Amino acid sequence: MPDIHDEDSYEPHPKPGVSRLDYAGEQGMAVEQETLVERDVVKREEARSLWGDAWRDLRRRPIFLISAVLILLLVVMAIFPWAFTDADPRKADLVNDYLKRPDWGDVFGVGWFGYDAQGRSIYARVVYGARASITVGIFVTAAVTVIGGLTGMVAGYFGGAVDAVISRITDIFFGIPLLLGALVLLNAFSTRTVWSVVIALGVLGWTQIARVMRGAVLTVKQADYVVAGRALGAGTGRLMFRHILPNAIAPVIVVATIALGGYIATEATLSFLGIAGRRGARRPRSEASLSEGSAS
Amino acid sequence: MDAVEVIGGGRESLAPGTPLLEVEDLHVEFHTRDGVAKAVNGVSYAVSAGETLAVLGESGSGKSVTAQAVMGILDMPPGRITSGRILFRGEDLLTMGANARRAVRGQKIAMIFQDALSALNPVLSVGYQLGEMFRTHHGVSRKEAREKAVELMDRVRIPAAKQRVGDFPHQFSGGMRQRIMIAMALALEPDLIIADEPTTALDVTVQAQVMDLLAELQSEFNMGLILITHDLGVVADVADKIAVMYAGRIVESAPVHELYARPAHPYTRGLLDSIPRLDQKGQNLHAIKGLPPNLLRIPEGCAFNPRCDRAQDRCRSELPPLVPVTGEHGEELVGRRSACHYWRETLHG
Repeated sequence: MPDIHDEDSYEPHPKPGVSRLDYAGEQGMAVEQETLVERDVVKREEARSLWGDAWRDLRRRPIFLISAVLILLLVVMAIFPWAFTDADPRKADLVNDYLKRPDWGDVFGVGWFGYDAQGRSIYARVVYGARASITVGIFVTAAVTVIGGLTGMVAGYFGGAVDAVISRITDIFFGIPLLLGALVLLNAFSTRTVWSVVIALGVLGWTQIARVMRGAVLTVKQADYVVAGRALGAGTGRLMFRHILPNAIAPVIVVATIALGGYIATEATLSFLGIAGRRGARRPRSEASLSEGSAS
Repeated sequence: MDAVEVIGGGRESLAPGTPLLEVEDLHVEFHTRDGVAKAVNGVSYAVSAGETLAVLGESGSGKSVTAQAVMGILDMPPGRITSGRILFRGEDLLTMGANARRAVRGQKIAMIFQDALSALNPVLSVGYQLGEMFRTHHGVSRKEAREKAVELMDRVRIPAAKQRVGDFPHQFSGGMRQRIMIAMALALEPDLIIADEPTTALDVTVQAQVMDLLAELQSEFNMGLILITHDLGVVADVADKIAVMYAGRIVESAPVHELYARPAHPYTRGLLDSIPRLDQKGQNLHAIKGLPPNLLRIPEGCAFNPRCDRAQDRCRSELPPLVPVTGEHGEELVGRRSACHYWRETLHG
């Protein structure tokens, strides 16, 4: 058997002094081998990364920059709330009645946003509350994407009876209203923390992602490169996660991103109704303040 | 050859002349809303090591479906293999376990697809996809797989392979992409390659290069090659023998030059007559009248009879078997068969 690595059987690079075109002719290849390839090679490293492209595009857009700064600010606030205020969000000082007007001049101070019914600093409570909101948003979205993505992938890939069973289960969960379902579920928890909210919303929220994923997988599954992958011996796992997933994930990312805001709002609603933060979740949250403020 | 271990014995272990792949009386149906489409109705062919079989036919003649059945990538359902055997080195692929079958795919039998742009995954680099062959079948490391990918790209003459190994399929030209497909099929040095219209998506000059490369690598590795095409021009130079398919049956098989010189089936004759020729300038092109049959309602008797100039009553009622044909004086013509009641008249008349 001839050796595939035989160096003599081909010339990977042109001989010195032979022009690219002559070389191509000599090799029986047409000019189709782009002549610019070799010139390109030098600059290729820095020129061709997808992330690099995206960054170059995005950094000129004000909307992206403003959003990025705001998100960064919120995340930093969630991680280091004490860096933004000296006030203790739990310190109730009834001297500071909620009727006392906010001191707008006291920027970043205890009384900046005023006080609630217990005389706690609303500004401090907003700052410390960012953590709960962001935790719920991110973790519910992550949970929903994993659960929904997996079920959708399995349903779409295997089809037939598997798909039928999974789709009917999806339909059942889809029928449960998110907010009402979360209310009922949370009532069953003896101690309620941020994590019980994450679990409740995660268990109820995955259906939309599952449906989107199933649809995307059904489309991608037909693609030639999936058939080609199978023809060249790739197994089920490799086909699903290496070949189909990256091509089917785009709509899921869109839906998940939109849903993230929705989950924060749902969590706020639960707090407002007093269900998410009565016992257990004692840490102050901005939504809880909202609730207490309006109740009084 | 250190890197590639050969499982189940090398090509050398096969006695000369023993077929690598034998398809025996294969029947494939598709269940559709309108009824059962009989895509393949009793196809038999054989390919030996180092041999090139061209399977020629119009769209819907069953040539690709037969290949998909061999590869085990038929969509089932709606497809169904109702009978027949596919023997690879004497083992029936159709009764083999799923894992054994998967080990055969890519390692022993590989396939080259028509449109390389859609057959390569757009989100993975070509280097990754080439290396994947070694990673799934031989479990080599990521780094080693990448090195092998560069070797393969060099092998199919991708310029500056080392720099381009991380590029994505859309960054290559059509001809290069098809060469990458070929590299992928060749990666594990399979015994048999099925090329499903490998040059249809390419322009004519690139077609010739790709066919030359394929033929060269095939003879170098002594592989069997099944070339599926509807282009008579493509097969003339590279094929050893041709099987012409019509409505899911082989209607004629012959060594390539004999078929071109003297077809023994009216359908083959029609195909050859419809090739544009230089001395024909200014005249209308010859075409076979009518349309290929609907596979849901294949005509009674010979499937070609509604389009055939020679058709008699017998052709409308009696299915012609694929029989060996003989020369004018009764001498044997090796490898020639025809499924026409009137092959004698077609061949000698």
